[in-house]
Amino acid sequence: MADRQRVHPYIPNSVPEVKAEMLAEIGVDDIDDLYEDIPEELRFRGKLNIPDGMTSELELERHVENVLSRNQTCGETISFLGGGCYRHYVPAICNEISGRSEFLTAYAGEPYEDHGRFQALFEYQSLMGELLEMDVVNVPTYDWGQAASTSIRMASRITGRDTILIADTISPDRLAVIRTYCEPVTSIELVGHSPTTAGLDADDIKARLTDRVAGLYLENPTYLGTVEERGRAIGDALHANGSLLVVGVDPLGLGVLAPPSRYGADIACGDIQGLGNHTYFGGALGGFIATHDDERFVMEYPSRLFGICRTERAGEWGFGDVAYGRTSFAVREQGKEFVGTAAALYGISAAVYLSLMGPAGMRELGQHIVQKSQYAMKRLSELDGVRLRFDAFHFKEFVVDFSATGRTVAEINSALLAQGIFGGHDLGGEFAALEGCALYAVTEVTTREDIDRLTDALRAYLA
Amino acid sequence: MEIQSGSRLRNFHQAKWDEELIFELDTPGQRGLHVPEVEREIADTVGDGLSRIPASMRRATPPALPEVGQMRVLKHYLRLSQQNLGADLNVDIGQGTCTVKYNPKINERIAASPKARDIHPRQAESTVQGALRVMYELDLYLREISGLDRFSLQPSSGSDAILAMAAMTHKYHEVRGEADTRDELITTIFSHPSDAAAAAVKGYRIVTLYPDEQGMPDVEALKAAVSGRTAGLFITNPEDIGIFNPRIAEFTRIVHEVGGICGYDQANANGILGITRAREADFDLCFFNLHKTFGAPHGCGGPAAGAIGATKELADHLPVPLVGHESGRYYLDYDVPHSVGKVRGFYGAFPVILKSYAWVLSMGAEGLAEAARIAVLNNNYLLKKITEIDGASSPYSGGKRRIEQVRYSWQKLYEETGVDTHDVTRRLADFGFHLWQSHHPFVVPQPFTIEPTESYSRDELDEYLDGLRHVVQEARIEPQTVKRAPHNSVVHRIDDSGLDDPEKWAVTWRAFRKKHGERAGKIRG
Repeated sequence: MADRQRVHPYIPNSVPEVKAEMLAEIGVDDIDDLYEDIPEELRFRGKLNIPDGMTSELELERHVENVLSRNQTCGETISFLGGGCYRHYVPAICNEISGRSEFLTAYAGEPYEDHGRFQALFEYQSLMGELLEMDVVNVPTYDWGQAASTSIRMASRITGRDTILIADTISPDRLAVIRTYCEPVTSIELVGHSPTTAGLDADDIKARLTDRVAGLYLENPTYLGTVEERGRAIGDALHANGSLLVVGVDPLGLGVLAPPSRYGADIACGDIQGLGNHTYFGGALGGFIATHDDERFVMEYPSRLFGICRTERAGEWGFGDVAYGRTSFAVREQGKEFVGTAAALYGISAAVYLSLMGPAGMRELGQHIVQKSQYAMKRLSELDGVRLRFDAFHFKEFVVDFSATGRTVAEINSALLAQGIFGGHDLGGEFAALEGCALYAVTEVTTREDIDRLTDALRAYLA
Repeated sequence: MEIQSGSRLRNFHQAKWDEELIFELDTPGQRGLHVPEVEREIADTVGDGLSRIPASMRRATPPALPEVGQMRVLKHYLRLSQQNLGADLNVDIGQGTCTVKYNPKINERIAASPKARDIHPRQAESTVQGALRVMYELDLYLREISGLDRFSLQPSSGSDAILAMAAMTHKYHEVRGEADTRDELITTIFSHPSDAAAAAVKGYRIVTLYPDEQGMPDVEALKAAVSGRTAGLFITNPEDIGIFNPRIAEFTRIVHEVGGICGYDQANANGILGITRAREADFDLCFFNLHKTFGAPHGCGGPAAGAIGATKELADHLPVPLVGHESGRYYLDYDVPHSVGKVRGFYGAFPVILKSYAWVLSMGAEGLAEAARIAVLNNNYLLKKITEIDGASSPYSGGKRRIEQVRYSWQKLYEETGVDTHDVTRRLADFGFHLWQSHHPFVVPQPFTIEPTESYSRDELDEYLDGLRHVVQEARIEPQTVKRAPHNSVVHRIDDSGLDDPEKWAVTWRAFRKKHGERAGKIRG
């Protein structure tokens, strides 16, 4: 690196003359002198077993592209995978805005020099607020799992109770996140569901409602794609017990489906990945939490909440942190859980997405997905030995039962993969009762031809 | 005050569009995007679909989202972006502890490839071999950099990695039947707030150590704090004030002697890559912030990624799945006997992981150490120059070198002029600079924290220094200019008096309208 010809493009002050001048300014001979406080026994004197730097951008790009070429993408195939990460259409403007240097490389500036970030995220909160019909929405958390975890912890603090009921139709992946986050402080009890409709077992809830129950966490639509239609009655039962209703919801359906607040939810949460963000191997998640504008609830958020203000100049909008004093940034472990870097950029993409879609776009999208998933359900259920597992209204996803076909889901998916089709996610490992079943997802990106090709491939294979 | 001749300071003015809220652009009937109609055969087969939605679950009224044409939506958010500074345009050294370094554009191009962004986490392993290789190799590199034995890239951020460390610590003691008795977690006040807060989420009682009179982490305080109740120690080193704790190995020894687990917060690792490691200091766990040290952008506050590493003994508690490699095949490894389970949906923030992987490949072993060394050179250069400014100081220095950042103080300036650290921050915005203070509590009075990283040239560091000098001089000659700042920024002094008042605060536009009236927003109508 001392060689002037090989100064790394990312490290301008590696130029030997510059280095020497800066060292002279500091008054030391060698950079090593600046490490004098690190005892010798803690110094690493070996060589890291990491390849020599690919300092040429061309070389780097070629190498990483070669590595990534081993991936087969959903765009190169036909995919019916969902289960918490979805392939929805990403409008060009979402990429344009989230790729802007000013947003991409910003971090934690003040509301003065980073006015745009504050406004964009305030608008994100506001747009989500309209979709959810709730007046408070946070700056994004990591993902749905953390949003649900925090919603549960909030419910526990608000009610002063330590037990949460969770509908067992939840995504097992998400339940695992919730367990890590909530236990042992909060106790989790799973509530059963109807084997025919996947609807919540009302008797089971009733039996579990004690004065220790902070609330029920219900996903609607469920992980299995079914829609729970008795939300209001469930919410009433909880409220009568002094407990809260917490609902996890897919925002993509809210152009046509009632938001949780309409059937009594006190806290709503979910993921914004589908709102203008790509699938990225499940790596572009972002969580939201929403409540009514009730001080008891607002003061329990751990997240940043950007609020709108006026400035000393008439006509100007300003922004700032609402009730900052509740955060761990302000009071460390005395704050509500913790806050830090999460998924703000995906919130900005979601703001752009919802601004583009408007009410008409969200309704069209919801309708499109409902129609297309119904078509796919109908086509698949016509196959011999194949049936739909649950008798309920579904949104976007549904469970296909192959157990009567004599083939395992793994065998079926392997055969489909050979045809360039990613079949539905195997549920057997996740739910004992769903051995032989797969979770299929259909979005607006799926075409009729895709569904027909799937049907034909299955018919041929199962024959 | 005019910019002095010879100053590198720019006659800056931030873009100011007076841009409305998106809701103020609402014109009923306008469209930003069309969703395709379903194919006719589908409509013929299933009808409109909507009538099948159970009545109780039908949306009664459309969401009151704004209706705005596509170009206007684009323009709106472009204008907001111009009203945001961003590290690419700024000499962004004023956000100490956050390692705002160059985020190479080639990595953005790589991450924008459909081969990266259009893969689903539930695909067959055979179809995501490239993604798994990226994760596996980054794990190997991080093992080298830390000296620890295995990494999970799953945590969503540094704080999530701290939560994972707390969960792993809990699991470790649970396996030994001591989870209930070991209920205390020790940290230091100059460790990140999340070292305390995220551990508390897991139920731990937090014991916070304060520095000794020299500003050094206090070994005697640690000795007094440990006991059979100690579950572990989570400590940032170098600490957030920039000092490397030379007795760090003594800290881990003391905690190990009482059976505790030691977790190394390596959020501030940028100055020590290839110089000193978690292994030599005898830590059981450590984590790196990929969006800081490893060159991935901060995205206005995420996406981020925290890579958590463990020794062999603790690796059985890492979150699942890990990524394994056998016979030329990469696979998701769920065979982790006492795993804590999950700390995030799926496998981790893949775009962040991919950009960090590309960054490490570009740097190589020598480049990593050179980045660290130059970051430390830049920091000590600034330390020399900033402490020469009359009004600035670096408390707790005691003649100590600093690693990659310094927490300075404007206390003297404040005493002499009444200009405080927030005033300086606002005035610097007028020159296109950002300056952050410190996490709370403000142990250092009138604090500000600077971390130059390896990315900025000496000329740029000098430009920033000229900014500090200008504001200090101005504070002495015309303090009102500083106190009334900003003048060249997007907005003027914000009336934030309602932000803590439930009657006034408004976190959404719908809340604002309810509290402040329907027409309150129409500013130019």
